[in-house]
Amino acid sequence: MTVAAGPANGERRLTIAEALREAIAEEMRHDEKVFLIGEDVGVPGGFGGAFGVYLGLTEEFGHDRIIDTPISEKAIAGAAIGAALMGMRPIPDLQYADFLFECMDELVNQAAKMRYMSNGKLSVPMVLRCPVGTANRGAQHGQCPESYFVHVPGLKVVCVSDAYHAKGLLKSAVRDDDPVLFFEHKLLYGSKGREQAGGMDLTAHVPEEEYFFPIGKAVVKRAGTSVTVVATQMSLYRALAAAEELAHDGIECEVIDPLTLLPLDEETIFASVRKTGRLVIAHEDTLTGGWGAELAARVAEECLYSLQAPIRRAASHDVPLPVAPVMEQTVVPSQARIKAAIQRCCEG
Amino acid sequence: MTSGTGVENTERGVSEVDTAHELDLYRQMLLIRRFEERVYLLYLQGEIPGTLHQSQGQEAVAVGVCDVLQRTDWITSTHRPHGHALAKGVDLRAAMAELFGKATGCCGGKGGSMHLGDPSVGMLPAIAIVGGGNTVVTGLGLAFKLMRTDQVAVCFFGDGASNEGAFHEGLNFAAVQHLPIVFACENNLYGASTPFHETSLVPDVATRAAAYGVRGEIVDGMDVLAAREAAGRAVAEARAGDGPSLLEFKTYRFAGHSRGDVRGYRSRDEEADWKERDPIVRLRERLALTLDEGILDETDTQVEAALDEAVEFARQSPLPRPEDALTGAYATVIGREATP
Repeated sequence: MTVAAGPANGERRLTIAEALREAIAEEMRHDEKVFLIGEDVGVPGGFGGAFGVYLGLTEEFGHDRIIDTPISEKAIAGAAIGAALMGMRPIPDLQYADFLFECMDELVNQAAKMRYMSNGKLSVPMVLRCPVGTANRGAQHGQCPESYFVHVPGLKVVCVSDAYHAKGLLKSAVRDDDPVLFFEHKLLYGSKGREQAGGMDLTAHVPEEEYFFPIGKAVVKRAGTSVTVVATQMSLYRALAAAEELAHDGIECEVIDPLTLLPLDEETIFASVRKTGRLVIAHEDTLTGGWGAELAARVAEECLYSLQAPIRRAASHDVPLPVAPVMEQTVVPSQARIKAAIQRCCEG
Repeated sequence: MTSGTGVENTERGVSEVDTAHELDLYRQMLLIRRFEERVYLLYLQGEIPGTLHQSQGQEAVAVGVCDVLQRTDWITSTHRPHGHALAKGVDLRAAMAELFGKATGCCGGKGGSMHLGDPSVGMLPAIAIVGGGNTVVTGLGLAFKLMRTDQVAVCFFGDGASNEGAFHEGLNFAAVQHLPIVFACENNLYGASTPFHETSLVPDVATRAAAYGVRGEIVDGMDVLAAREAAGRAVAEARAGDGPSLLEFKTYRFAGHSRGDVRGYRSRDEEADWKERDPIVRLRERLALTLDEGILDETDTQVEAALDEAVEFARQSPLPRPEDALTGAYATVIGREATP
């Protein structure tokens, strides 16, 4: 079990956007086969990608390796997959995870299956970065669609929440020989001039020296004995805030960030559940068929006799996302809703 | 089969074909024709599982195009890939064993008829989603461009795929990136049972090239020498850095779309007209003007013998181990693997 170290004084702190940029730059310096491809990624005078992650990269690496494309998600994904099949290590960008549905054939039928169909002769080493999350953008620019891909054998699914793990995992993903979908929350980037997550400090300690964080490894963000809470991205921070409130009532939450959703770090999660006897899952993806359902099923299969109460989930309600902030906040799992789920789990 | 005849493309064209080379083209087309006939019979007899999409009638396209490719060039193929696979040099025995679902198959039994391929000869596992190859092929071309190799990628697809979004996105992207790709459309007039003219007001797929600023050309897909010549030009241009082109081969599949298709949607007169243009018969007649019939008959015998041997190899080959089904989805397995 890995417990994330707290920040020490005087250490270097970066936002997720900065950490991702640093990871990409390091990997592009390390391996000339790494390249970026997508819409608005390197246009001079442009945005540096939809969320500013790529600012400055074109100046260092040039347009041969920072490739701007038409608005053609199928072509971007197909080009990345084909190049990966030929030994390159592309990092395609689709701006919003909602646009993944434009290239489901490329991702699900091609990227995920080429290795298997070729009997191991080919591989698809690529990392598709996918910004997710509600931010008053409505039904088609705010979804958290990671669970669709958790259902696809052949893909790996990563879901980052802080700068330290974002950098370490992105570097691991670039060097991984399998296709990795890398989900990042729009409200957690910390890009300058962009929305912040309700005044939260969006920086984290990121060491100067090179490091990697392994795919398939969860982290315990807060140790506790009363109940295990597994949560990602905004739901993770809301769960951590709820945990602080509940500590006053004597409920000590063990909060786990799974970081990789496919494959799940069962070892870390099961060990915690066996210790606490209780499990709450929180994610911004919708409830029905969400990855929380898969985790609940696995815990029920492997840890049922350790459970002292039914598993509880706090997820987005099963409706499309509305824009009006007051309605949007009803749909996503709020801190209050996550707290209530934990309390209910601890009642039994 | 990627040519071992030492024929080289000229800068903007393709060299003449001598009689020995023509005989080789004949042999390759005949091998595909007889392969398709054999495997269909074996399928009906229950020796080959799954389904089959045969390509009798379309052999000139596969053989003509692949004849101008190097072994290091790549192709993508479709749900109808047997001809492309044999023409690009996939081992006959490994292809046959793959259809039998045997461990010695070119994909170890995991691919089957619709995913025939072998990276060692430059063929991805065939992509059986209509239009699926049209975007993936751009990545092959992009990699060649970025790695500054002189390789070329050819995307085989049908008339049906030309109405998929993937066709348009792939062609446009290849065009703006000046990628070394030849889009080779086999227009066999029907998408399964639906006539192409009912799905497009544009009668020729090749004219769509103009929409993307690339060269488009209509080619007689029933003439292997015409197919070879057109492909030779397009490949030479792509190799020279002049970007992609769209070749439309007018062709016809003599068999049904897949197993059990009795072809009720087209007339026997139409079929007879196209069989008059059978590319194998045409080339044999041409060769008979200069070669002794005995040499042609000997080629036929060699093809039959090779197929006999391939079928026997497939029959004798071991089945895959059942547990092998559970491995191979990932290059790097993390955590537990599936267990039977």
